[in-house]
Amino acid sequence: MINRNKLFSLGITAAAISLTLIGCKPKGLESVTTSGAAEKVYVAPGKHDEFYNFVSGGFNGQVSVYGIPSGRLLRIIPVFSVFPESGYGYSEQSKAMLNTSHGFVPWDDQHHIALSVTNGEHDGRWVFGNANNTPRLARIDLKTFRTTEIIELPNSAGNHSSPFITENSEYVVAGTRFSVPIGDNRDVPISSYKKNFKGTVSFVSVEPTSGKMKIAFQIETPGVNFDLARAGKGPSHGWFFFSCYNTEQAYTLLEVNASQRDKDFIMAVNWKKAEEYVKAGKGKKVKNVKYAHNFIDEKTDAATSEILNEVLMLDPTELKDMVYFIPCPKSPHGCDTDPSGEYIVGSGKLAALIPVFSFTKIQNAIANKEFEGDFGGIPVIKYESALYGEVKKPGLGPLHTEFDANGNAYTSFFVSSEVVKWNVKSLQVLDRVPTYYSVGHLSVPGGPTKKPHGKYLIAYNKITKDRYLPTGPELAQSAQLYDISGDKMQLLLDFPTVGEPHYAEAIPATLVEPNSTKFYKLEENKSPFVSLGEGKTKVERKGNRVDVYMTAIRSHLTPDNIEGVRLGDDVYFHITNLEQDWDIPHGFAVKGAANAELLIMPGETQTLYWKPTEVGIYPFYCTDFCSALHQEMQGYIRISPAGSNLPLTFSTGKIVEEKESGK
Amino acid sequence: MAVLICALSLLTAYFVPLWQILMWAPQYPEGLAMKIWINDLSGDVKIISALNHYIGMRAIDTSMFPEFKYLIYLVAIIIGVGVLAFLINRRWSLLAFLAILVMAGFGALLDFYLWGYDYGHNLNPEAPIRVPGMSYQPPLLGSKQLLNFLAFSGPDIGGWIFIIASWIIFFVAVFEIFFKKKLV
Repeated sequence: MINRNKLFSLGITAAAISLTLIGCKPKGLESVTTSGAAEKVYVAPGKHDEFYNFVSGGFNGQVSVYGIPSGRLLRIIPVFSVFPESGYGYSEQSKAMLNTSHGFVPWDDQHHIALSVTNGEHDGRWVFGNANNTPRLARIDLKTFRTTEIIELPNSAGNHSSPFITENSEYVVAGTRFSVPIGDNRDVPISSYKKNFKGTVSFVSVEPTSGKMKIAFQIETPGVNFDLARAGKGPSHGWFFFSCYNTEQAYTLLEVNASQRDKDFIMAVNWKKAEEYVKAGKGKKVKNVKYAHNFIDEKTDAATSEILNEVLMLDPTELKDMVYFIPCPKSPHGCDTDPSGEYIVGSGKLAALIPVFSFTKIQNAIANKEFEGDFGGIPVIKYESALYGEVKKPGLGPLHTEFDANGNAYTSFFVSSEVVKWNVKSLQVLDRVPTYYSVGHLSVPGGPTKKPHGKYLIAYNKITKDRYLPTGPELAQSAQLYDISGDKMQLLLDFPTVGEPHYAEAIPATLVEPNSTKFYKLEENKSPFVSLGEGKTKVERKGNRVDVYMTAIRSHLTPDNIEGVRLGDDVYFHITNLEQDWDIPHGFAVKGAANAELLIMPGETQTLYWKPTEVGIYPFYCTDFCSALHQEMQGYIRISPAGSNLPLTFSTGKIVEEKESGK
Repeated sequence: MAVLICALSLLTAYFVPLWQILMWAPQYPEGLAMKIWINDLSGDVKIISALNHYIGMRAIDTSMFPEFKYLIYLVAIIIGVGVLAFLINRRWSLLAFLAILVMAGFGALLDFYLWGYDYGHNLNPEAPIRVPGMSYQPPLLGSKQLLNFLAFSGPDIGGWIFIIASWIIFFVAVFEIFFKKKLV
């Protein structure tokens, strides 16, 4: 029998144990920001940020621009997706920018950024971006923050390993994520992957003054998945390193089937050697390709598109000493070269260590033929022969590495949601901080260059969860800003981003800000559709095509009364913004337009196509609040029935006494 | 000698702006500037005109200033008189030069005032913004609040050279009259 006392003490004990258990529950994972964090990110009203941060937009297909350290979104630059708010992809001038060999493609998946460099340092001229889905490369001009060129990549499927850049912007690369059959016979069984599927990496040359892109050559490789890449620099300038996975050559359930081998590869390409082969005429001209090259024509300020049908292919199984494989543990993702150019950091996304390769050792291994065999006819260097050392137990799932100017590396860990700081030479882990949550890419200002600016690190996360006020099932992606100027990384700020950022680069504002265009000069406007002054406006009919040459200036459109247009006509509104002052854009919209609006910068001409669908009077107006009389900036166009013989008339400010005109 | 230097310093009037009008508004923190040269205008003239049209002010254009046609000759004459005064090297010639300088200075101010009055009062009756009783004459000298704009008017480099030259001539004249007399 158990008496009451015993029962009582048992109860007390049980309660005590449960309390202890509760006490044992791990402490909350609440983030801790150190004091002074607010001051470090506070950019007072009217003051400018220290850095521009060019952030890939992922599935929104655009590039967004943030100020650092404030984390303020400054702009979204339309690149691979249509952008109705500015008319990008809708205006007659911009449509051709999204032309591809598959026709007009209105969307893409924009993953990585490469800022132009000279001598391995940022020069603030261009931003390059990749399109993952329909393989393309884009160039954005940093004077105007506009996409000025897009080139499609043939023999590629999924341009993920792109747009990384060489030390003097000689080449921007594009490695295909998906290997696919290339050449004449592409209708093959999927199961014939090993035999028929090929990978390619493209070297796209960048003309030094204009920036114009051209596919200089492609290198054909065995079928694998290319993931990321980095150019060598300093001593390793002339080489390029591409991470690749699925060396199992799986074509189904890659989750399992591409994770079987203990090591995949980093592919080292001697592109100086490739250039020699090209010069010696060793490249094979491949003709059965079709790819679009779109660029802004400087004369008309409009995009033109050309379809090209030839590319130069190099075969590394025949052209020796150009391509080597280096074993790298567990499906490498990031592949980053340090500022000195000597160390190459591979990040096996399923690995529990980080291998660091030595460029000097790679060169020695090649010279001494320290190969363990070949893969698809390409020599594989022995892992130990290329390895400088391994960072032991850094965390789980390393993805990407950025560098500071003091010999330290910062690696993101997706699985363990943290950033780990380690020393490149000693391979010792120095510090670790949590991210919120599941970090992907990192960005240190100047991190991929020879001279990192350091100071901050930005982590771009894949999972946001509870970081901000909930907005239903769909949430903004989160980014975290850390101060890396001291020994310990300090979390300063958490800010939401648009799209789904992958890689990003940050550059000191002083390299970009002074060159920013304020407006386009009217006298330099050579558009065939320009109206240089209200006196030059007109409406012209050629068959069913009606061209309206219109001007916009505060606060009226000229002409603002148009009659004599008929149902069935194709109407083109060519609007010239006559303003010559900073930040006075005008917008243009017409009722029932099936495309978008126009946003016309001062001094610029843009064209909107419109097909009226019913007889009646249609208003059009300025959509950008330009002035105190913006709401007065409007007009009417009269649509008469097909076959009406009402003459074409147009005017502004002309007042006619009320009468049934034109009956 | 000072007289010759002063006279020749007026040659700079052909190469630098003489007068400036500066304007600031909340949305123009960087300011707008109109520079008046001997025969031209420069600066943000188009932007100022675009803004002024709301209140019915005319677009500013060089054709509004007939002065531009004869100012180059007028300044040449003044310089000539100065050089002449130096060559004659008499007290009366010095005083004559001073008188011409002072007259030219006040004449220019009067002319500028008259233009400003006309420009600020002679408004388009159909202007979108009409503030009863409000006129927009720019300040003659100094600053003045005109609706959302703070306007400033004052000499530019050429104007300052003219003013300094006039003062030097004035002091030379004073010196000649009150001090040299006793020495003679």
